[in-house]
This record gives sequence, structure tokens and C-alpha cells, in this order.
Amino acid sequence: MTLLVSVLLASGRCAASAVSGPGIPSIFKPESTPADSIYGLSLLVLSVTAVIFVIVFILIAYAVTKFRRRSSDGPEPPQVYGSNQIEIAWTVIPVLIVLILFTATTRVIHAIQDHPMPASAIEVTAVGHQYWWEFRYPALGVVTANELHIPVSDPSRPTPTFLALTSADTDHSFWVPRLAGKTDLIPNRINKMWVDPHQVGVYVGQCAQYCGVQHAKMLLRVYVDSPDEFTQWVQRERKPAQASDTATEGQWIFETTACINCHTVSGAAADGQFGPDLTHLMSRDTIAAGAALNTPENLKTWIQDPDAIKPGSLMPAMKLTDHDLTALTAYLETLR
Amino acid sequence: MSSAAITQPTIEPEWVLPSRGRVGMFALIAAEAAIFTIFVVAYIFYTGKSLSGPMPKDVLELPIFTTVCLLSSSLTIHLAVGALRKSNVRVFGIWWFVTIVLGVMFLAGTGSEWHQLIFDKGLTVSTNLFGTTYYSLVGLHAFHVTVGLIVLTTGMVFTLLGNVKQEHSERAEVFSLYWHFVDAVWVIVFTVAYVVGR
Amino acid sequence: MASDSIALNLVDQSTRPIGDRLHEWVVTVDHKKLGILYILYGLVFLIIGGIEAMIMRIQLIVPHNHFVSPEVFNRMFTMHGTTMIFFVAMPILFGFGTYLIPLMIGTRDMAFPRLNALSFWLTAFGGLLLYYSFIGGTGLYGAGEAPDVGWFAYAPLTARAFSPGHSTDFWTLGLLVSGFGSIGTAVNFIATILCMRSPGMALGKMPLLAWMYLVMGGMVILAMSPLTAAQLMLAIDRYLGGHFFDAQAGGSAVLWMHFFWIFGHPEVYILVIPAFGFVSEIVPVFSRKPIFGYPVMVAATVCIGFVSMSVWAHHMFTVGMSSYGNSFFVITTMIVGIPTGIKIFNWIGTMWGGKIQFKTPMLFCIAFLFQFLIAGLTGIMLSAAPFNWQLSASYFVVAHFHYMIVGAIVFAVFGAFYYWFPKMSGRMYDETLGKWHFWLFLIGFHLTFDFMHIPGVLGMPRRIYTYEPGRGWEIWNLIVTIGVVFQGAGVLVFVFNLLRSLLKGEPAGNDPWDAWTLEWSTSSPAPEYDFAEVPVVRSRRPLWDIKHPEDPDWKYE
Repeated sequence: MTLLVSVLLASGRCAASAVSGPGIPSIFKPESTPADSIYGLSLLVLSVTAVIFVIVFILIAYAVTKFRRRSSDGPEPPQVYGSNQIEIAWTVIPVLIVLILFTATTRVIHAIQDHPMPASAIEVTAVGHQYWWEFRYPALGVVTANELHIPVSDPSRPTPTFLALTSADTDHSFWVPRLAGKTDLIPNRINKMWVDPHQVGVYVGQCAQYCGVQHAKMLLRVYVDSPDEFTQWVQRERKPAQASDTATEGQWIFETTACINCHTVSGAAADGQFGPDLTHLMSRDTIAAGAALNTPENLKTWIQDPDAIKPGSLMPAMKLTDHDLTALTAYLETLR
Repeated sequence: MSSAAITQPTIEPEWVLPSRGRVGMFALIAAEAAIFTIFVVAYIFYTGKSLSGPMPKDVLELPIFTTVCLLSSSLTIHLAVGALRKSNVRVFGIWWFVTIVLGVMFLAGTGSEWHQLIFDKGLTVSTNLFGTTYYSLVGLHAFHVTVGLIVLTTGMVFTLLGNVKQEHSERAEVFSLYWHFVDAVWVIVFTVAYVVGR
Repeated sequence: MASDSIALNLVDQSTRPIGDRLHEWVVTVDHKKLGILYILYGLVFLIIGGIEAMIMRIQLIVPHNHFVSPEVFNRMFTMHGTTMIFFVAMPILFGFGTYLIPLMIGTRDMAFPRLNALSFWLTAFGGLLLYYSFIGGTGLYGAGEAPDVGWFAYAPLTARAFSPGHSTDFWTLGLLVSGFGSIGTAVNFIATILCMRSPGMALGKMPLLAWMYLVMGGMVILAMSPLTAAQLMLAIDRYLGGHFFDAQAGGSAVLWMHFFWIFGHPEVYILVIPAFGFVSEIVPVFSRKPIFGYPVMVAATVCIGFVSMSVWAHHMFTVGMSSYGNSFFVITTMIVGIPTGIKIFNWIGTMWGGKIQFKTPMLFCIAFLFQFLIAGLTGIMLSAAPFNWQLSASYFVVAHFHYMIVGAIVFAVFGAFYYWFPKMSGRMYDETLGKWHFWLFLIGFHLTFDFMHIPGVLGMPRRIYTYEPGRGWEIWNLIVTIGVVFQGAGVLVFVFNLLRSLLKGEPAGNDPWDAWTLEWSTSSPAPEYDFAEVPVVRSRRPLWDIKHPEDPDWKYE
């Protein structure tokens, strides 16, 4: 099994570094304290199980080779019925192993789950929807969707992000492996988790609890910004949408078609709650919870025929004329 | 390859094993107990958690009469089985019949209680969490009483046709285990729903 | 031989009209026929469940594949899981138990033969009801209304609001019906084993397989019922407007999870414990030694039975239980690993100092030992809750439980097939084909399930119909899919061997393996009445005592 474990770890690491960058969400490349603690525990558990595997593997392999029947005649081998001493020995040793593993495990459980929230923490409320993520920063007055921006946390002056998780419909699960273990989003219940990323960058993840037909495309992108970048991002996000002269027709279409039933654009007449907040749509790299890149063509496809990108999502096909679609997209492009 | 005869040891102690009917019924009772436990757990978990609607103390009254009926029926079925063991088919028939009557009275009382709850007090299974858990738990129990009554009635018919004899006393006893279980469950349901949960 | 010395006026089977013979199978209450019906039923669904898996693996062979739609994929994983657990594993294991237990304990049928038949037919109809869902609803296009909520059907996805239509109802009703069948069979096992053993066969002298089925029966009684209760609650929610799992009314999605896993975890022990029984019967015979530490094996199994009822929330480490709650389930889960590990040592102890024959049943049992070890160890990894927070709901878990269910249970079941096929059919299977089956299946199993652990640690969740390129998952998914081809080939060889041997195999005789338990004292296949004279036993290996009168077991037990 050491062989197997080393292969696993090595392939994990190989695969992780073969394609460079944070694009590989490997649990063995942690970049945040909860993920680090889990990584440390996993090394202990893997080592212990590797040793057990090697010993037992050798015993089985030895028994199977040494005690094979060599000739078809001959008496039956000595009939041994058992041995109390051996039974005791191979009971006591597993008990000790369990004690060691349990002690190490509970420590990490408490370290992660019962970690107090410092005053400098950024608080985010994450609400799971079929099939997108709503992120609210109550203290900062920001509402966004699918792409979470949080500041990097300097260990000497930590600025962790504490998330409160719930769901508006079915069960979901927030999993960005390099930052933390997963925590479920459950309706009528608030779960808590925290991260304190050590490095700036983009960390990917996705929903990890089957939530319906498009569970597979409920992707997550966490942007860990430097403190300055984060502050700037917050300031941009707090502002309502800037009214634009060039896109008035598109805005009129947006506000008179069914768009505002689901979507919010702060500062405009739209305050629907069922779909993502679009006030700063253009600040995001992807649309449809990561299912497509945020380009004008994809936006048009998404509005006109969402099933082409994410069949079964709750975004309706708007069935606009080409002219209206172009105008509407031009308006959306102004929502920076 | 063997085809030899099985040996017969020289001294044979008496080989007695428990009766199949009893063991089978105990196993069935264990399974039913597990089902009821889950419903009771749900009931207790949701106590006080209804977001709206009538609360237990507003609408529930202690069902003393029906409880007395049901619990006495345990006694009567016990007397019935005892009579049949002593070959007294007539007395068996009488106590068996009384058991049925008491069971029917329990069901009728429950039905009347539910009628009141639904039409006068506005509590249905979909009203709130209390309604859901209450009707499910009491209803599951009433269903088991009904099944018991069907078996009891079948036994009554056979008795009236003259087919029941002393050798059937073990079967009657095995069935009575089921009936006692149903009564024991009622004690729990009564305590949880009408006493503690209120 | 006492059993086959009685001359009965049996009609030559081959001259009876086929209609009569089929009718006999339909109305039978004979435990041997019902056992075979259960096993054949399970085999048919094994093929169907395997096809469902193949469809999924083809869809996942490359990212952004379009082999099937997301709706179809979601129905596939739901049906694959539900089928394999409830309509493959349970029936096959019940089948072996129904066939073997009366023969092993020296009696002529189960305690309640008609209940036995009823239970089989309930299980069978439950499966047919579940599969009717493929053609109900919108018809075969889009796979009808087959359930698509996952085999554990989490609330509130199963609420009417999120699952309109009847897919969830097929799941609920199909399993309710077959669940009653399972409880009936469990009642039968318990009553048979406790009440019908032949004279001299104290509980401490019955074959380990009988102990395993006794514990398994007890667990079915206690664990199946919570699922039945939860499904009744779900039906009340969906049809009577109940609120058990309705978040809007204050209901709790987590409550469903608790109820489901209080069933779901013991369920997997219900599946693996009979597999332990098969291995405990086969390994001694092919090592030519008695099982090492019989009393400890019994004690360990009973311990597993009890402790496994207390570990269920290790499936729920990510739902936000308190640190104390999580720690409790960590320790219980780790504790249940101890008696389980002890059993592995006892099997090794059985082989140690023996004269091992590598016939097909033994090959499957040796592979079982390696694979059960690994599956148990990945289970220990998963029991460490923080590690679980990364690994749960990912392909690591999928790899772990398939390692257990396929690598341990299915391998043990194949071993049992080959071991008892001669007894059930009266014919020997082809040993060369058996070995082809073994090696093909072994290679396929390891290609698929060894490498499946890797996407899990690289962040790939389960139950996704497609995945993003560039996350490092592509190569592993490809290898996993290739392994399926070998497994399929192995199963085809197995089916071919089965059919060919049934028609043309060598006559097996009573006791082709020179074994020691009572079933080998009857003819093959066993006569209708099992035993002409009720056997009296004095030790755990009655046939060893007969074959070795100078050195019988009862001197040492």
C-alpha cells in the first residue's frame, strides 16, 4: 500500500504541477489554515494506514505462497483451532492505533470548528440556489454571485473570511479544496466555515452535494485578492449601476421584459431575488455559475437559449428578437 | 469425497429449541418497534417547532376512555388465550369477542377525536409540523390496531364455525403478543403526544 | 448414505411438460428453489446495473461529453445505486442464505416457507415497480420517469416542489414493497436459525455462515425499518401535504439524512456480513484447516452488528454537526474497524500452516482479503472527520465504497457461486473459464477502482454528469472507464460458464471439495426433502468427524 499511497500522492502532486497554477483543486495543495490542518492530519492517517497495509499485505502474500499445496496427496495439515494470545495481541494493537488516530482527529476538529472569529474577519453569507451561488457581505453592503472575492490573510495580522451558509432550495455544498473542507448549505439551517488564504490567486471548486439536474455546473471561483485589490473591489461593488446613455433601449427591454422578476440591478427598477444580482455582471469572468466565459456571444446564447449552455437550469429562454437581444446585451455590457 | 452416514451419539440429551412462532413474532415486533421509534423521534424532534397553527395544548385532550378500552383489551385477550389453553373454547370465544369490541371502541373513539380535530379545531396533517407528526404517529398506530382487528375477526369467524380447538392456543398466544405490543405502543404514543408533548 | 438411500418414486424431470415445471417454480415454497430464484433475479439486475454504470462511464470518459443528457445521467446514477443495493446484493445474499441455512443446520426448510415465498415475490415486484419507471411518464425517451434523486434521495430535493412528477414515488414505493420482503426474510432467518437446528447443533457449533445470517437478520429487522418509516414520511409529505422534510414549514432536511443513514450504514454491514460468512466457509476448506478462532469470529461479528448501529452520521460529517457530535461518530466508526480487522487476521491465521488449493472460489476469497483490507483502510481515512470534509461526496468516497461492495462483497459472492454451484446444480463448472473470469474481473476492478481515488483527492465531486477540463481529472476518468471493459468481459465469461456448465458440466457428486459442513452430506442437487434422516452433530465440522473418526473435532472444541 505504501506503493499505492505513494503513487496516489505522487500522481496527485504530478497532476497538480503538470498543469500549472491553481487550476487543479487538489486537497494536497492547501493554501489556507483549515486545509493545512486537514493536510497535516491526512499525512498522519495515510502513514498509519500505509504501515498497516504493508504489514498485512506481506502476511497475506506470505501465507498464500508459503502454504500452498505442493502435492496432491498427503495428510491434512495440523488442525489448529485458534490461539487466545494471538487474538489478544491483534486486538490490543488496533485499539492503540484507534486511540492515536482519534486523539489527533478530535484536535483538528476542534481547531477548525471551534475557531473563534476575530474582529478583523470578513463576513460573507452564502446562499445556495439551484444552480448558482449568492454571496452577500452584510457589513460591507455588497451583493454578488458565483465569484467570491476575499482578501488574502497575512498570518501576522489575520483577516480571515467567515462564511455563514444556507440554502434557498435544496441541499448544496461549498467545496474549494485548496482552501478548506466542504460544508453543506441546507435550507432552514445556518452552517459556518472559515478560510484564511495565504496566497493571492484564483481557487476553483464546485457544488459537492447533488442538488438537481445541473448540479455539475454549479461551479465556484474564489478570487483571493491583495488587501488593496479587495478594498477596490468592494468599493466598485457597493456602487449602484451607472446609468448609461448608450444603452437606454437595452435597459428599457430589461425592465419591461420578465428579467426584473428574477434579477436585481441596484439603482435601476430591477429587484428580483430568484436569480443572481447583475449590478456588476461585467466584473465577473464567467456566467451561469462558471458554465461559460463571460463574453458577449455567450451572454446572448445564455439569454436566448440557456439550455445550450446549461440544460435544465432555471433561467428561461427569453425568446427575444435579434434586435432586442443585441440591445439588451449592450445594456448588460455596461454593468461593470 | 464423502458419502458416509451421520453418526448417532450414544446418549441423547433432550433437544429443545424455542418455538418458531414466538421467535418469529418477537422478530416482527422488533421491526415494528423500530418503525415506531422513528416516528416517535420525529414527533419529539418537532415538538414546539411548528411555525404556526394550533399547538398541542390548544387542541389535544387526554383520551382516557379509549386508552382504558385498549389497555383492557390486553387483559381480555390474555384471558381468552388462557381459556383456550384449558380447552374452554366457549369462554375463549367470549373474551376474544370482548377484545374485538374494545378494539373497535378504541378506533371509533380515535375517529371521533380526529373528526373534532379536523372540522372543529382546524388541525390536519398539512396544517403544521404538529399536525403532520401527530396524525402520522397516531395514524400508524391506529393502522396497526386495524390490522390486529382484522386478524381477531378472522379468528372470531373460525371460532363461530367451530374450527378452533385447544391445539390452536399457541397460535392465539403468538397473535396476542402482537396485540400486547400494539397496546404497549399506545402507552408510548399517549405519553409522548398527550402528556409530554403537550 | 442416509440421505440418498431412500428410493422415492420421482418422475423423470425431463419428461414433464415445460409449463408444469415453470409453474412449479412460480408456486414453490421450497427454500432451495426460492434461493435459486433470488440469486438468478439478482444476476439479471447485476447485468442491468452494470449497463447503467457503463453508460455513466462512457459519458465521463472525456470532459464535456454529450453521450447522454444530464437528465439521463442523473437517472443512471440513481438507478445504478438503488438497483445494485436493493435488487442485486440483497437478493443474492438472501438467496444464498435461503438455500444454504436449512442445509447447513440440518433441517428441511426455513421456519416459514410461505413467508419465504411471499418475501421473494415482494422483493421481485418491488424491483419491477422501480423499473417500470423507465417506461412510465414520458416514455423511453429521456428514460421516462426513472428516479433521479440519488439512491439516498436527500430531502428537500425529493419534495414535490423540486421533484414534480413521479420519479421519487417509484423510488419510494419500489423500495417500500421490497423492504417488506426483506423484513419477512429476516424474520425467517432468525426463526430458522434459533428454532430449527438439528440435535446437537448448539449455537456454538453451527457453521459461521449461520451466525453471519443470524446477525444480518437482526440488523435487517432493526435497520430496514427506519428506511420504511422515512419513506412513509416522504410519501405523507408528497401526497398528504405533510411537512416532515419541508424547510418552509420548519421541517429539517438533516432529519431525513439521520433517518436514512440509520438505515444506510447498517445496510452496508448487512451486505458485507454474509460475505464474511462465505469467506469463512471457503477459506478453511481450501486451506484444509478449520477456521482460526471460531469463538472470536462470532464475538467480532456480534460486536460489529451492535457497534455499526451507532456510526451512521459519519455520512454526515459535512452537514454542520457540533464538534462533539462529529467526534462521537469518529470514535464509533474507528471502533467498528477493530473487530473487522480482527477477522482479517483470523482468515490469515486459517490459511497459515495450511495446504492452500487455488481453485476459483479460493482465488476470489484471496482477492477479497486484499481488497477488503484496502477498503477498510480507506474507510479509516474517511472516519477522520476533517479528512472526511475534503473527501466526502467526492470520487474518493465512490472509490472506497465500490472497493468494499465490489472488491469485497462481489468477489466473495463470486467465490460463493463457484463453491456452491456444484451443490445447487449437481454439475461442476469449468475451472479454466472460472480462472479467466477471475483474472479479467480482477484487472478491470483494479483499473477502475484503484485509480478512481485520484480524481477524488483532486477535487472531483460525485454525481456530476460532466466535468471541467484543466482540473487534472481527464486521464484518471479515462483509465477508470477502460477498466469497465475488463469487468464486463469477466462477467460475460462468468455467465457463459454458468450456462454451459448447467447444460454440459461434469456431475459433481455430493462433496466435490472434500468439505465438512452438513450441506455436503446430501446429494447434488439436494433432494426435495433435504435430509432423509435428521442429522445429529457433535462438533462444528460433522463431516470431518465422519471422515476422521480417529481425530474428531469434538475432542478439541
